[in-house]
Amino acid sequence: MSQDPAQSGPGPAASPGSLGPEAHVMVGNADKFINWCRRSSLWYLLFATACCGIELMQAGASRYDLDRFGAVFRATPRQSDLMIVAGTITHKMASRVIRLYEQMPEPKYVISMGSCANTGGPFYKDSYCVVKGVDLLIPVDVYVPGCPPRPEALIDGIIKLQKIIDQKKNFAAKA
Amino acid sequence: MEPKEIFEKVTEKFGGKAVELQGEGFRPAFVVVSPESVREIALFLRDDPAMKFDSLMCLSGVDYKDRFAVTYHLHSLSVGHQIGVKAYLPREAPSLPSVDMVWPAANFQEREAFDLYGIVFEGSWDLRRILLPEDWEGHPLRKDYKYPEFYNGIKV
Amino acid sequence: MKARAEALPTQEMLINMGPQHPSTHGVLRVILRTDGEVVVNARPDVGYLHRALEKIGERVTYAQYMPFTDRLDYLAAMNCNAAWAWTVEKLAGIEVPERAEYIRVIVCELNRIASHLIAFGSFTADMGAFTPFLYAIRERERINDLFEDICGNRLTYNYVRIGGVSADLPDRFLEKTKEFLDYFAPKVPEYNNLISYNKIFVHRLANVAAVTPEDAVGYGLTGPNLRGSGVPFDLRKNEPYSVYPEFDFDVCVGTGERGTLGDCFDRYMVRINEMKESVRIVRQAIEQIPEGPVMAKVPRMFKPPVGEVYFRAENPRGETGIYLISDGTVNPYRLKIRAPSFVTMGIFEKITKGLMIADVVAVIGSFDIILPEIDR
Ligand code: SF4
Repeated sequence: MSQDPAQSGPGPAASPGSLGPEAHVMVGNADKFINWCRRSSLWYLLFATACCGIELMQAGASRYDLDRFGAVFRATPRQSDLMIVAGTITHKMASRVIRLYEQMPEPKYVISMGSCANTGGPFYKDSYCVVKGVDLLIPVDVYVPGCPPRPEALIDGIIKLQKIIDQKKNFAAKA
Repeated sequence: MEPKEIFEKVTEKFGGKAVELQGEGFRPAFVVVSPESVREIALFLRDDPAMKFDSLMCLSGVDYKDRFAVTYHLHSLSVGHQIGVKAYLPREAPSLPSVDMVWPAANFQEREAFDLYGIVFEGSWDLRRILLPEDWEGHPLRKDYKYPEFYNGIKV
Repeated sequence: MKARAEALPTQEMLINMGPQHPSTHGVLRVILRTDGEVVVNARPDVGYLHRALEKIGERVTYAQYMPFTDRLDYLAAMNCNAAWAWTVEKLAGIEVPERAEYIRVIVCELNRIASHLIAFGSFTADMGAFTPFLYAIRERERINDLFEDICGNRLTYNYVRIGGVSADLPDRFLEKTKEFLDYFAPKVPEYNNLISYNKIFVHRLANVAAVTPEDAVGYGLTGPNLRGSGVPFDLRKNEPYSVYPEFDFDVCVGTGERGTLGDCFDRYMVRINEMKESVRIVRQAIEQIPEGPVMAKVPRMFKPPVGEVYFRAENPRGETGIYLISDGTVNPYRLKIRAPSFVTMGIFEKITKGLMIADVVAVIGSFDIILPEIDR
């Protein structure tokens, strides 16, 4: 659009509630706007390693429908903002997890779903090859407990993550 | 065919290479054979018209503390009978001939036994670690295995 | 044309598929060597989910191992639970009340339907049709609801116990199951209309990666993969355990109806047809289920006699065999799980030679592998 949208709008004096259909301008907090964009399109990486992955799949399918929250699965890390680590991470897999995380563009978030990703879960004590928590490898924002967590729990985790994103200051003065 | 008959037939053919029959408490019963003759006996069991063990159900390594063993659970789809074959191996440098030309299904399971027990299957066409990373140390299903403290800098 | 192909030398390419790839159903890694689009060699590399289930088995008691069998094959957790229970009962000679056996069969067959639904859904999604996946999950959620009524969990049930089941069926469970079956039975023809005989779908599957019956037996394929090659072998029929002899059902086999015997389409159709058979079994079980206790007397410190036993059960993915050695203590001495998917992977390298890369995806999907079972 070549026309400057600021010229055709009703002007800065009008409050957002009174904008007519021809309005092109909304005045608001830039932080809020950016965060709103980010939290409403959390495309997650389809990273299902074990049992929790099935619940992740079911959460994204017919009944629970994660799309409602703007969370759509992507098969490649390069297009995703959120990594839901659903399942057990073994030592053989560890380097791949780090690589996948590094391939995601900033800003990126991680939800650790299920006991295995949180702490090693049922395999904590006796297994020689399970990583005891994905937070040993990559930073985690939200932990969702359960073995496996119900889809409702995962949805709660995503809403928690949205709240975290909401609080982010994008234009904070550098200290 | 009953395990006893099978054992008798194997002894008849191979003499002392079939060591004993483990029947009591074992389901299915095991024909214990000497390790170096595993492949010949496997071929016999597969091809003999009365046996026809065409499917290898399960191949596993076992650690009996004083020695290792490899067990083969065989089943015949055409005749419908089952038998186990067992070969005891020494703890030092355990090795025996591979049976992957007899039953191709053996290959993956032999690799697993190699990975987790360190049992070497001679003549296997592809014997590498399968479940653990290539640079893993030790064979974890051995009874005397000590869990490592770190792997690649991550605590185990 | 030929001369030009000779004049233009091509180079082989090495492609790494997985361990993070949506169509490998988890963390399977396939190392592909390709010549253009044609696969020269596809080598599976497994073990990215090796969780040491066999080692854990040596460190926990018999009853404590039950939750780990859930995680062995989480799409068919009930079947794995039951397989473990049957193995230990065979070892220790425990008599299970008849009602418990019927309950086990009901939940196992429901779980088989649920598992085949995921197989159907994710396979079609791999083939590029996403809609059937949503249909499949819709039905699966209803089975999950039923299981939630029984034991409170949606995926990892831990419901079957050594000697019976943990609790009797809740009120109205059988009616609800019947309602579900009435709802589900007409869905299978619906799937067939929706996708099974779709021309594009058939073209992608027919004549792809046909496994001959001899190969299928030799490479140890079991379950739907074996039956897809036309071998009518089903442990529920040929080596009956539990109360399966009481029921009347057919063994579904591949017929090569759209291509060669044993191709991807046959394996796919076997699963679709098996869902119908499972519906039949559950209906009969609901009719015949007796009243009575659901748990045998099993001591708290359960110590089975010394011995070695191999038991195999027909799970949705094939024959799950458990080789169990007991030394008379509270822990198993050695526990080996013969996982159907693991053995199935043995044939992968052989049958993918000369296929297109996209067909490799079809092959993985048609085998309906599951990774925790391959890696354990
Ligand atoms: S937390 Fe439980 S359900 Fe999730 S991957 Fe681990 S074992 Fe499976």
